[in-house]
Amino acid sequence: MAYSEKVIDHYNNPKNVGTLDKSQTNVGTGLVGAPECGDVMRLQIQVDEITGTITDAKFKTFGCGSAIASSSLATEWLKGKTVDQALTIDNMDIVEELNLPPVKIHCSVLAEDAIKAAINDYRVKNGLPQLETVAVH
Amino acid sequence: MNLPIYLDNNATTPMDPRVLEAMLPYFTNKFGNAASRSHAFGWEAEDAVDTAREQIAKLINADPKEIIFTSGATESDNLAIKGIFEMYASKGNHIITAVTEHKAVLDACKHIEHLGGQVTYLPVKNDGLIDLEQLENAITPQTILVAIMYGNNEVGVVQPIKEISQIAHKHGVLFFTDATQAVGKIPVDVIADGIDLLAFTGHKIYGPKGVGVLYVRRKNPRVKVTAQMDGGGHERGMRSGTLNVPGIVGLGKACEICMNEMAAEAERLSQMRNRLENALLQLEEAYVNGNREHRLPHTTNISFKYVEGEGLMMGFNKNIAVSSGSACTSASLEPSYVLKALGLGDDLAHSSIRFGLGRFTTDDQIDFAIEAVTQSVNKLREMSPLWEMYKDGIDLDSIEWAHH
Ligand SMILES: Cc1ncc(COP(=O)(O)O)c(C=O)c1O
Repeated sequence: MAYSEKVIDHYNNPKNVGTLDKSQTNVGTGLVGAPECGDVMRLQIQVDEITGTITDAKFKTFGCGSAIASSSLATEWLKGKTVDQALTIDNMDIVEELNLPPVKIHCSVLAEDAIKAAINDYRVKNGLPQLETVAVH
Repeated sequence: MNLPIYLDNNATTPMDPRVLEAMLPYFTNKFGNAASRSHAFGWEAEDAVDTAREQIAKLINADPKEIIFTSGATESDNLAIKGIFEMYASKGNHIITAVTEHKAVLDACKHIEHLGGQVTYLPVKNDGLIDLEQLENAITPQTILVAIMYGNNEVGVVQPIKEISQIAHKHGVLFFTDATQAVGKIPVDVIADGIDLLAFTGHKIYGPKGVGVLYVRRKNPRVKVTAQMDGGGHERGMRSGTLNVPGIVGLGKACEICMNEMAAEAERLSQMRNRLENALLQLEEAYVNGNREHRLPHTTNISFKYVEGEGLMMGFNKNIAVSSGSACTSASLEPSYVLKALGLGDDLAHSSIRFGLGRFTTDDQIDFAIEAVTQSVNKLREMSPLWEMYKDGIDLDSIEWAHH
């Protein structure tokens, strides 16, 4: 199976690989997937507590090229958005942007889950109620 | 150096140019049907087939009459298992095989079960070898066949064939081996090894695709299989269909070359394989899968913990062709059943890469592969949350993963 140009580009030049200090109250961390399933994504956001804007986002992913590209793209999209805007990112947007084939849709789902998990972590840390949790896939 | 480099010779091999040269006349001028007894075109084709039968028989120490031509190892596996099940139905209905066999064997056995037969799937030890005691204990008065592969396609583990055949014969049971990965790579001797039926294929030994062999013993004991296709009664009635003369000529030539060059080639390839393996084991948390002693000389299967196989291959698959036990590369989305049978967790199975060296592999290519794979593993580990956790001393088993 050939990869799309965009997947290859994210794979070769992943954006925002790294780690934020998860002990900070303005950092939300989402860890989704499982090693046995062949995909684990960790996505982190750093939020400006006054404006509610995501000022930084980092990821690390164990998985195939499409999983890496999905999380890399997600971090790009997150930066500059408010937390509320970030919640509107839909996995199908990722599928479309990266031209993921049907067998790789689960990678985009995982990225959406990771975003929601990171936001939830941030909310809980800041005394906000958890969102309707992420559907389990 | 020409890129990409092919290190997936367990999947298929390029044809040796000498094989192609031998085949070419049989596509054009020498097009006769080997079954045409009435004219020179037929005789010419028959002679060519006879020569090939001799070349093939010699490689496995068989008699030329014991060579049945098929379309490949898949057909040979099916013919052996289904053909024995039918032919020996009055004797019993039980077959013993192992969980690490090729799908052609496993699915033929599944078919037998649907027909009301009994199949025992022996587990393997962590090194991929079967337990001989378990084999012997599995034999019942109903057992008609033991089907255990010679060398495994994924990990290269070579089973103790001689001991297996002795156990089978002690109990009056026939022994079949899928030797697709072993013939032409290591010495295979149907007499010394006590093999009653043996399957292999052209395209793993630098011959053409679409042609294979089922060896069926004619003496001590005389073995027969029920044909699985009805037709003109070719191949002593066991496999009908006009012979694929160019393919057979190619397979014969391929066997002749293996006969002459196998010993030196195995030596050369095992040295290169060991160099590749030892260099990659310099990486932390890299493990060889399967027994390293009882192994095909050209194969190594390595798990690079905390990176996923398909993601890893993407780092170098523009330049190096290998395959992975990762689920992502299989249609089933399940990681390799062979690696799981060796007791690897799904995570390690997902992290595995199989390297299959071959006749045309060079030292330069191995150098290149070592460099490229090492870089790719390091790069992906930098990106891997699991690697970071491992480095931070976090026990991954202590985490509650969300399974989907
Ligand atoms: C062990 C084994 N058996 C059977 C086969 C099937 O061979 P063929 O492609 O000739 O049908 C293969 C190769 O894929 C193999 O490695």
